[in-house]
Order: sequence, then structure tokens, then C-alpha cells
Amino acid sequence: MPNEPYRTKVTGWGRYPVVEGWEYKSEDLEAVTTAASLSRGLGRSYGDSSLPARTDLPVVTTTLANRLLSFDAATGVLRCEAGVSLFDLNRVFLRRGWFVPVSPGTQFVTVGGMVASDVHGKNHHVDGSFGEHVRSLKLRVADGRMLECSDSSQRELFLATLGGMGLTGHILEVEFLMKRVASPWIWGESQRISDLDAMVAGLNEAAHQWPMTVGWVDCLARGANLGRGLLMKGRWAEPVEAPEAPPPLKRRFRVPFEFPQIALCRPSMKAFNLAYYWKHFQPVRRGIVHPDAFFYPLDMLDDWNLIYGKRGFTQYQCVLPKADDNRPARRFLERFVSSGGMGFLCVIKDCGAEGRGMLSFPRPGISIALDFPIHARHTPKLVDQLNELVIAEGGRIYLTKDTFTRAEHFRAMEPRLEAFNAVRRRWDPEARIRSAQSVRLMGDPT
Amino acid sequence: MNTVLFGATQGMGRSVARVLAARGDRLFLVEHRAEALALSARDLEIRGAAAPVKTAYCNLLEPETFGSALDQAQQELGKIEAVVVTAGLFASQESLEGDSALAARLLTADFLNTVLFCEEARKRLLANGGGTLCVFSSVAGERGRKPVILYGAAKAGLSRYLEGLDHKFRRKGLKTICVKPGFVKTGMTAGLKPPPFAGTPDQVAQRVVKAVERGWPEVYVPGAWQWVMRVIRNLPRFVMRRIEF
Repeated sequence: MPNEPYRTKVTGWGRYPVVEGWEYKSEDLEAVTTAASLSRGLGRSYGDSSLPARTDLPVVTTTLANRLLSFDAATGVLRCEAGVSLFDLNRVFLRRGWFVPVSPGTQFVTVGGMVASDVHGKNHHVDGSFGEHVRSLKLRVADGRMLECSDSSQRELFLATLGGMGLTGHILEVEFLMKRVASPWIWGESQRISDLDAMVAGLNEAAHQWPMTVGWVDCLARGANLGRGLLMKGRWAEPVEAPEAPPPLKRRFRVPFEFPQIALCRPSMKAFNLAYYWKHFQPVRRGIVHPDAFFYPLDMLDDWNLIYGKRGFTQYQCVLPKADDNRPARRFLERFVSSGGMGFLCVIKDCGAEGRGMLSFPRPGISIALDFPIHARHTPKLVDQLNELVIAEGGRIYLTKDTFTRAEHFRAMEPRLEAFNAVRRRWDPEARIRSAQSVRLMGDPT
Repeated sequence: MNTVLFGATQGMGRSVARVLAARGDRLFLVEHRAEALALSARDLEIRGAAAPVKTAYCNLLEPETFGSALDQAQQELGKIEAVVVTAGLFASQESLEGDSALAARLLTADFLNTVLFCEEARKRLLANGGGTLCVFSSVAGERGRKPVILYGAAKAGLSRYLEGLDHKFRRKGLKTICVKPGFVKTGMTAGLKPPPFAGTPDQVAQRVVKAVERGWPEVYVPGAWQWVMRVIRNLPRFVMRRIEF
């Protein structure tokens, strides 16, 4: 029933952990956020970022609050409710020649979630993260007040909220700058790369010519093949190159049930990675690409997280500072491979300048993201090992993907945490707004 | 298509309005909450509806507001070509059994007043030479079912009324479309456990607009519910008494 909480299983995209909690879901965010401990969007963060700190603390799901509030076609300034999905924005705006300034790797996220995670995308080396393009936010803070914050008003709260994992208040409305695109199609180039050095060199070189780049790495290849994969580059197609019709709605398929554990054995992952590496036979493939295929290749499979079976999965994403050689990235991948880690997907991307958000993830360097199934005994150990390496390299992890990091490791890699906590304490001394993740990593009470 | 929407500020109505807006249609919204009306009007303009999208006060619990709301729509749109009614109340069977005032309100809103609104709309559409009257009933009206006895009874009456309208007036150019949603994930059903074949408002909207274009007198949404209900309609009473569906 509207505006009353109900019992439900609350879980992230990794399907681990699961909380038997309480949820509010309503078109009227202002009404339901007064009594909730956290807001969440489409639940695409992997771990416990959007999970309640305790089973009896209700969360708000914002997805029904999905109205566009204003749009100025002269400047591109769009204001909308927090629950508007990127899928929706793409359907409305792309055919009119507008696109979000920064897009993550799935369109099944809400605008509120994009702010809370301060998402980054294939254009990070040029445009930074989403928060750089946010002009203003309407928040409900812990004492119940609703206020507008921006660069010029409540600046500290504003900057803490960009990438603040929803911990500074309930994000109700977001105002940000949309970007004009030359056409709704992508002109892309996909190039097969033989090893890690070539991949990093390729990313660095492509950064000068291409507004959007990303690398996919076969994370089962070892030795001389370590780091081999595909380097993908793209730009918005010019009207003369693009097909006349706007991109059609892509057909999506559904994963119908949880796959059995056998689907996750080494041979099946090897087969998947090999097939992906040989996706195109020629060394370089160029041409017009559907924007959904370019930005959101995995979105064509609804519920693809079921492939990881009932134990769920996690993703590890870190950014390692740039070094003259590619040693940090090499050491990282070697550590992952040698500790028996394996996964379907490994994504590599060079990051540009650090953003305004106080806890924003990206910083100059190389970001690596790996998916892997959860194994009760091995996974926490693997994450510990990877974290130790990341700390030694001076890097950090992406909270949106994290499930297993320990508080002492997080503190060691996040010198900005003290300042962030200070802002939170000023607005929310009792940490009324908190998540399972903030309990695990930031010292919040359960 | 010049369309009047009653109850399009939320749920399935919101989605139907957005599909029409994306085509650039001229829309007029009626409802009782002024702020929700204004916000939905802006939302639809941004999504492509012919600007400006105008609104008027109309309350399902106040039948005297129906005529003037439709008159304002007529004045604004010039000619009303379609009326889409998604407004309605919902409450669980338990809460209705325990609260007869609530039951009276729901039965009045979902049957009596909805029919009165449709009568006002029918007269105006026929005076214009016809058009489409698309009204959301429910699969709850198909059989007497334990979890939706009162709500289902109101919707059953509404469905029969709409069927009659279609039989009488289709030749005069008035197409009546009775929409029968199965389980749809909206704010109204948040917290209820979705059964198999549960749909989303956006799926529903696509299919409803298709039904309006083709003039289908009856449409189940999502489509699979047509087959589910074919089974339910034919279950013998001794089975209906046993199951909790």
C-alpha cells in the first residue's frame, strides 16, 4: 500500500548479502523519506552500499519518483526526481540529440544513484565523473529538513553528497547539465590487444584522440598473454556518417533462472573469455555502433547476475596511480591470477583528474574492475590480498562495488574519510542515515 | 490524438500519458491534487507532449466536478478524441471487511462514480461524432475471488457497463475499451508479492495504446493474463472455494 513500509528482501546486484528488511516505495519521496534510514535506486551497486544497517531500519526505493521537472533546451540544464532511470533519459533525450554528460556501464541506474556513486564512464579522461556536471541537489537531511545544496549554497554538504553513497541525506531532486551530441549513433573502433603493456599504451594513446575509451581484459590469460584483450574507442557519429533513423529499441533477453555452480567452472569461463577475445576476426573493427551496444553491452541480458548462481558474486574495482611503467597494473593482475581468482569480466580504464566529490572514486591512474563468484572461504582472503596491494600502490577501491573490504584497509587507502565523516557528523550526529556498508567501513553504529 | 486523462499523475496512468506524450499528442490532465497535476504536466511537456499541457480539478469522490472538468478539457483541446480513465481506489479485502465506511467509499468511487464520469465523457464524445473511451477495470472482476471480493465486485460492474456501451455505441463511432490489468508493479501494489506474469506500468502502457489504436473492446495487460483468466473463469466453484487466489 502507498506510503507504508513492507517486508522484503533487500539486496544489491551481487545478490550477496541479503537483508530481510523493510522498504518504502512511493511516487511521493518527500512523504516516505521522513522515516527511512537510507534511499536506494535500482539496486545496481554490487554489495551492501544500498542495504540497511539493521533489519528493522526501513529503506526507500526511489524508482517510482521518476518525473522530469524542467529542461532548458538552450542550455541543456535538466532537473528531475531522484528515481528517474538512465534508461528512461536515453529514450527521451537521445533521439533529440542530448545525452547524459557521463554514463556508467549500465542504464538501469537512477539519477540519484549516479550522484551517490559519483559514477564514471568511458569519457572519464575527458569529462570526469558525473558529479562534475551536477549543478544542484535537493536533499532531505537527517533532522527532516529539506534543502537545496550546490556549489554556492551548503557547499560542503553538496560536495560530500557527490560520491557520498547516499549517507549525507536522501537525494530527492537532481539538476545537472545534459550534453549535445552530433547524432544518436556511435562511431567506434575495437582493436585486439596482445598483452597488458600494449593495452595500457593503447589506452594512453587513444586518450588523446578519442573522447571515449575502455579496455576489456581476458583475466584468465597468464604469462606473456597477461592483460590481452580488446581496446574499444568511440565518439558520437557525425550526422553524415550516422543512419538516418534513430537507434531502434534493442531486444533484451532474460536469464530465466539461477545457473548451477558448474556454470562457473574454469573451462566455461575460459571459453567465454576466449570467445570474447575473438569476437571479431580482424585485428581492428571499425564502424557505426548502436549506442546501447557501445555503452551497455551487458544490458541486453536482463538479470545476468543470476549466471553467478545462488551464492552470488562481487566485483572488485580499484584505481592505481599512474606509474612510468605498467608495474602496478601488472602486479595487480598477477596477484589476482596467482591467487586463483577467475571471472567473466575484467574492465580496464585510464582515469582523468580527481573530482569534486569528497569521497569520489576516480583519480588519475588506471582503474581495473573484476567480477568473481563468491566463495565463503576464499573471497574475503582474496579481497584482503588485493586491498593490501592497492594500499601499497597508493590506490583506492570503489565503494559501489565493494562487499568484503575491512575497515582498517579502507581507512588506510582513504585519507579523505575523516573530512567526509566530519561533514556527516555536522548534519547527522547520530548517524541516522546509514547503510550496512557505512557500518562495516566508516564506524557507524549498527 | 487529443486526449483527456483522469488519474494520469501516477501508476499506470502516468505511463500511458508518457507513451502518448512521446508521440507529441495533445493532452489534458484531470485530478484532485493540484501539485501532482502541475508536476505531471511539466513532465509530459518535456517528454514531447504538445505544450502547454493544461489541467483541471476533478475528484472521483465528487461527481459534481466531472462535467466542468470535461468542459474545460473540451474548451482547451477544441475536440476531445479520447478519454483515458485510470483513477480508482484500492484497498485490501481485510481492511475493507473491517471498515464499512472505507468499503462504501471504494464501491462508490470504483463503480458508481467511475460510471458517472464515463457517462459525462460518453455524451461529449458522441456529440463530437465519436472517439475512444478507454477505462481501466481489472481482472479482479472476472470471478468472485477471496482476496478481492469487494474491489472485484465494483470492477465486475464496471466491466459489464463498458461492455454494454461498446455494444450500443460502437456503430455511432464511440469505441469503448475495457482494460483489464492483472498484477502490475505500481505504488498501489508495492508490498504485495508479485505472482508470475506480473507486469510493469510501461509494458501495460504500450499495450493499452496499441489497443486504443486498433479499437480492441477488451484488453488484458500484460497479455499473458488473457490465458490465466481463461483458466480462472472456467474453474469449478469447489476449486474456487479451496484456492486462495
